[in-house]
Amino acid sequence: MSTQSPILQVENIATRFRTQDGFVHAVNGISFDLKKGELLGVVGESGSGKSVTMMSLLKLLPMPPAEIVSGTAKFEDQDLIQLNTNQLRKIRGGKIGFIFQDPMTSLNPVLTIGYQLAEPMREHLGMSRRKARKRSAELLELVGIPLAESRLNDYPHQFSGGMRQRVMIAIALACDPKVLIADEPTTALDVTIQAQILDIVKRLRKELGMAIIWITHDLGVVAGLADRVAVMYGGFIVEEAPVEELFANPKHPYTQGLLKTLPNLEGERSERLETIIGQPPDLYNKPESCPFAPRCTQTLERCRKENPSLINRGKNHKVACWWNPESGVKV
Amino acid sequence: MSSKTRPVLLKVEGLTKHFPITKGIFRRQVGAVKAVDGISFDIFEGETLGLVGESGCGKSTAGRVILQLYPATAGKVTFKGRDLMALSKEELRRQRPNMQMIFQDPQDSLNPRMTVGSIISEPLVEHGKFNGKARRDRVEQLLESVGMNREFTNRYPHEFSGGQRQRIGIARALALSPEFIICDEPIAALDVSIQAQVINLLEDLQEEFGLTYLFISHDLSMIRHIADRVAVMYLGRIVELASSQALYSTPLHPYTQALLSAVPIHDPKLERKRKGTILVGEVPSPANPPSGCNFSTRCPRAEDRCFKDSPEWREVSQGHQVACHLV
Repeated sequence: MSTQSPILQVENIATRFRTQDGFVHAVNGISFDLKKGELLGVVGESGSGKSVTMMSLLKLLPMPPAEIVSGTAKFEDQDLIQLNTNQLRKIRGGKIGFIFQDPMTSLNPVLTIGYQLAEPMREHLGMSRRKARKRSAELLELVGIPLAESRLNDYPHQFSGGMRQRVMIAIALACDPKVLIADEPTTALDVTIQAQILDIVKRLRKELGMAIIWITHDLGVVAGLADRVAVMYGGFIVEEAPVEELFANPKHPYTQGLLKTLPNLEGERSERLETIIGQPPDLYNKPESCPFAPRCTQTLERCRKENPSLINRGKNHKVACWWNPESGVKV
Repeated sequence: MSSKTRPVLLKVEGLTKHFPITKGIFRRQVGAVKAVDGISFDIFEGETLGLVGESGCGKSTAGRVILQLYPATAGKVTFKGRDLMALSKEELRRQRPNMQMIFQDPQDSLNPRMTVGSIISEPLVEHGKFNGKARRDRVEQLLESVGMNREFTNRYPHEFSGGQRQRIGIARALALSPEFIICDEPIAALDVSIQAQVINLLEDLQEEFGLTYLFISHDLSMIRHIADRVAVMYLGRIVELASSQALYSTPLHPYTQALLSAVPIHDPKLERKRKGTILVGEVPSPANPPSGCNFSTRCPRAEDRCFKDSPEWREVSQGHQVACHLV
């Protein structure tokens, strides 16, 4: 899989928000590739910039206050960032599908599920009403909604949270997207319902073979689902590696800390949880040094002066950190 | 840490809370949401009892009914030998300093127009504890014990991050030196890196002041870490109660088993090998629970009798209680 050329190539995306108190620097230069059929997990805490990055790609942010300061996003020989709204509309919900976190607010309450499912197919694929309706029922079946045909006339409020998220997945899949961006799609759901949704996603990936970007704060979800993981902090990717490598051999102090703070469900019960001291960074300050330096256990002098860039450290393993115990060189 | 040898601090027997569903202009009662439907357990002095369950299972309602924030429909709550439901309003008020609560959302549970100092001193004023300088000292001392700067008394909640606000909420709960605190999802609104800080603080405070906790959460990994014993709730009832060790190593109820297998673990090798039970369907409405066992509609092992008879709550081994026909 790794030899294939990327389907989506993102370079140096930076997005900020203009507020009364100055700029909020939400995303500060993010680059990553997404390969065909791959599932990239993007992990980070609230405010790390994971959602804003993905929304910037499709200009799903209100502008103003949002401003995309720099960056390119190459998708099928086009730069998404340069496209105008009309051109983007052809891609959104078509070749690139989006699933949002909250299934309660992302469906229109006054339109039937059937209408909302058929809309993208009629818009993007020019399907007839009858054909789109038939396909809608198939899609609902695909995501495991019983009596799919008869439920097309129902409204969102007649579905539970888990069911609505299935509908959202069905809508995102309607036009057979090449890339699916899922923004915390299971965060609002209970664990047993989350397990159902994750199971569907694993199955559909095999059947449909699209590339997926899965945004989450839950390292457990990423562990079971992703091929590759990018860890975000303060608007930067601080580490990126294949999933097994990342969990077995985390190199950034933030990733290491994050994995240590989590209590286990199995094995030895720890007496005391490890913590990451301090608070998340204040995004009003333009980051000119490593954003994690104030909370880091390995801070060097250089960390407070310069921001490290994301560089290769081992096979497919990229880290943005000045501290490198393996090199043996003190920086 | 055998809880058996410790005295019982709080005893809950058959606690029930039904919210009426009314209809028409005369508000005739046509049904009830059975949020809590007859739960019983003891909490021993100095222990942490974890109460886990998914949203809507009634765990938060249970916490609030125990503290008499909602009147119970039926059942009995005994705190230090006193029947809380038999107390008059004034007597109950005098018991309040002993029983406090920490809420989920530090954003909503702190008044944005009050300074941190007045938030923390409000319970002291209300119950006439400390005056003047002594009260100010107490507030500063409380701030320090939750790991915050004494100077923060004149600031407002919005100046703090989520984790710090939760610390303020904890300081307020500690103000009257309670013996028992209900923590209602105290870390659910916090980021992972901040959760561990708050959990460690709660553990330190427990040790320092000899507190007893009822820790309500949906986070099974965190409950495993913090609780001595764990009760699992489903649709208004407790389905299993055991020591943390026993519950996680040998869960007996099919719901507990499914719940544990649904939690993703942060180890790709283990996670991919794991063959979990994926429950079908969703939680039924508490206004119309199934007959027989509440879990029968989703249980992978349900038999005929599960749909007819409600399983009895019984002890299968020492300290391990479960409500299931098949165990």
